[in-house]
Amino acid sequence: MPQLASLLTITWPLPADASAHGPALDLHLFRNLWIALGLFALAHLLLLIGLLRSRRGNPYGDDRKHLWQIEYLPLTALALLFIFLTVQAERLWAAARYTGADPAALQIEVTGMQFAWYFRYPGVDATFGAIQPQLISAAEGNPLGIDPADSHGHDDFITSELVLPAGREVDLRLHAQDVIHGFAIPEMRLKQNAVPGETVHIHFTPVTPGTYAILCTQLCGTGHYRMNANLSVLTPAAFADWLATHEKVQR
Amino acid sequence: MNTITARKPFLRRYIFSTDHHVIGLQYLILALVAVAIGTTMSLLMRIHLVWPDLILPGHGPILPEDYLALVTLHGTMMLFFVLTTAPQSGFGNLILPAQIGSRTMAFPRLNATSFWLTAIALLTLLSSTLVQGGAAISGWTAYPPLSAVASAGPGQALGMDLWLASIVLFAVASTAASINTLVTIIKLRCDGMTWDRLPLTVWGWFTAALLSILAFSVLLAALVMLFADRHAGTSFFLPAGDLVSGTLHTGGNGSPLLWLQLFWFFGHPEVYIAILPGMGLTSMLLANFSRRRVFAYRTMILTTLLIGFLGILVWGHHMFVAGLNPFAGTAFSISTIAIALPAAAKVLSWLATIWRSRPQLTTPMLFALGFVSLFLTGGLTGPILAQPILDQYLHNTFFVVAHFHLIMAMAGVFGLFAGAYYWFPLLSASSKNPAGRIMSESLGRWHFWGSFLGAYATFLPMHITGLAGEPRHYAQLTGIPGSAAAHLLATGSIPLQKHITYGAIFLASAQMLFLWNLIRSTRRGEYAPENPWQATTLEWHPDLAPFAPPSASNETIAVHHAPCTYGDTSFLTQWSPGDKPE
Ligand code: HEM
Ligand SMILES: [Cu+2]
Ligand SMILES: [Cu+2]
Repeated sequence: MPQLASLLTITWPLPADASAHGPALDLHLFRNLWIALGLFALAHLLLLIGLLRSRRGNPYGDDRKHLWQIEYLPLTALALLFIFLTVQAERLWAAARYTGADPAALQIEVTGMQFAWYFRYPGVDATFGAIQPQLISAAEGNPLGIDPADSHGHDDFITSELVLPAGREVDLRLHAQDVIHGFAIPEMRLKQNAVPGETVHIHFTPVTPGTYAILCTQLCGTGHYRMNANLSVLTPAAFADWLATHEKVQR
Repeated sequence: MNTITARKPFLRRYIFSTDHHVIGLQYLILALVAVAIGTTMSLLMRIHLVWPDLILPGHGPILPEDYLALVTLHGTMMLFFVLTTAPQSGFGNLILPAQIGSRTMAFPRLNATSFWLTAIALLTLLSSTLVQGGAAISGWTAYPPLSAVASAGPGQALGMDLWLASIVLFAVASTAASINTLVTIIKLRCDGMTWDRLPLTVWGWFTAALLSILAFSVLLAALVMLFADRHAGTSFFLPAGDLVSGTLHTGGNGSPLLWLQLFWFFGHPEVYIAILPGMGLTSMLLANFSRRRVFAYRTMILTTLLIGFLGILVWGHHMFVAGLNPFAGTAFSISTIAIALPAAAKVLSWLATIWRSRPQLTTPMLFALGFVSLFLTGGLTGPILAQPILDQYLHNTFFVVAHFHLIMAMAGVFGLFAGAYYWFPLLSASSKNPAGRIMSESLGRWHFWGSFLGAYATFLPMHITGLAGEPRHYAQLTGIPGSAAAHLLATGSIPLQKHITYGAIFLASAQMLFLWNLIRSTRRGEYAPENPWQATTLEWHPDLAPFAPPSASNETIAVHHAPCTYGDTSFLTQWSPGDKPE
């Protein structure tokens, strides 16, 4: 079965998968795609045979039995198939979204704005400082409007590249400054809109070190197509170094 | 359609007419104009994606704001002014009254008013390309705050106001037209036209009209609220502290998610409004050309209504990753999967109807078969997108663009073509030639195969680029700044782009055959015999033809059978009193 699964994966053109929840999602996606392809072929085959084979009387007459055979039975089979797929999908969805992140997860805030992503790390105190929209000023070096009156914010630092350690869960809090943006990392099989006025938490665990694309997938204005960033997944040791440098710079 | 019926002046006869045949034709002409412009726009988008440096004569290079304006106009025109207008209001006016044995619509003046509002709405939309900043760029879904703040982008000031005004007019017109349709069906059926003898096309129009009234009234409310946010200082959709291009919103605290709820409560039924009449017509055509009754007729009525009903319960599947509670995602996932079952029941019935029937493969029949194929193919990816965990990967990628173009755009257009070829004798009827003309079958066949292959060549590969991670609404795929994103697109989706664009050009070119056929057949097509397709439904009743000689029109019309009653070689029209097929 695992071999079969890997056989299925190589034939569909998805980008590499670098997250912990990704393989199960991919497997389920491929299962769905193959089923859809199978039903597509089956239905078209029936259509063609139905068109090409010669007429022999009225194949179904007035008989109620035919209604069962031709309609209700296949529908029941289809319903069972869909129930199976939905239950599988819901288990994955529940695992990903029904509960929040582990309390030990790395906390990072993601802000979308026309047309950039900003990532805020809470610093050594592990707490984000408050934000005042009136204070937002990229020119004055405060693109997120961090309130200087809140001491929690003093050690916060902001990056334009998301840097994460491999193998540790991360808890992202997403929001948007201006319009709705779509936070998506295809290689992490992750997507969630960032909505102004709301904070949405999503969590995931990157596993493979490397550089991945962060895209914007919700139409947000003229720069929508170029609103992207890099995600760097580092080994835990390299990440510790990176974090230490940034925290030192900040203090 | 030259007529000498009355001595009315030209304007009253052709332009400000209250005759439902004329109004139906006016709607169809409007839709033809819209589909021509909308298709041209889609080709510009496709060409730009593949050859981004191309200079458009008289315009210059296509800038990102141009691309987004094209997407917005293309989507808006196609959905509203083509797929809502042509089947529901165009054929609905031309054919529906006759199919139920009525000589008029319930409210002729309201009918004319609806058409003119729709025409003004289209002009308003098109005029937005000429104003400062250009047309709106926020897509046909117009999500705020992008659509709520004038400085959020080019076209979001006057262009956006014109978009809103256009859709407001359209919504009012559609609601009025739908009330007209409903009252006509409920009140003006002839003797013997019981509910279970209604042709399935009428059931399609009926369900679509019900949905229209419900959906467009909610849209209308949402549009007015958005207008108020833009100009009256309200904050339905704007959160406190929202900062767009230096404008800080300090008014009340609203939420963009409210718009999403209202919009999709309208938006999802809207796609059923577009497709239900086509589903009804397909059912009737398959039976007609197979010389067989529709398999499980009553179930077909039930599934039509069920699709309509479930259609209003699934809007949240557009919002799985929009910030909705994940539990709500589960509920919407289940309601969406549920709708696949009545849809599948329809496909099964279509397959059973033609099963080993050796149907006549006329052009309308080919397009009906194409409808089945495209509806099926597009539909199969629906349950995939209905699973939130998979949508978290596929949402807003070209996989979705592929899905909705196959099931809605292409199937919808195939339904329109089937209707156009099938009903052309009625469309081209005049008082000189009441039976009308018939379109060229050989041109029609070429047109069908070009469209069928073109549709698949264009939209099947989009599934692949979507799976490879290509997001929609991207004005450019090359020359974007981020290294990882550039790499992702370059290895995944870009290799297929040229193929898709060639497919689209091929598909659009095939439509020239249709235009040519239309022009040629209107002027010198073969004269149609009476009831050329040996149909059983009332629109072919000689007294109900658009320009039937007035002498015949005093007879009462009555119905004695369900539609689609066929023997092995003969057929029984609904209006013939005999109780068995001859
Ligand atoms: C020649 C045939 C067509 C081609 C090549 C085509 C191509 C496209 C393209 C490239 C987009 C933009 C995708 C994006 O960037 O998000 C699009 C969007 C869209 N198309 Fe088409 N299209 C065609 C026909 C149709 C038809 C007949 C309909 C009728 C319903 C339709 C409805 C839409 C809608 C609703 C959108 C979404 C617009 C939005 O996001 O605001 N298309 N199409
Ligand atoms: Cu964005
Ligand atoms: Cu964007």
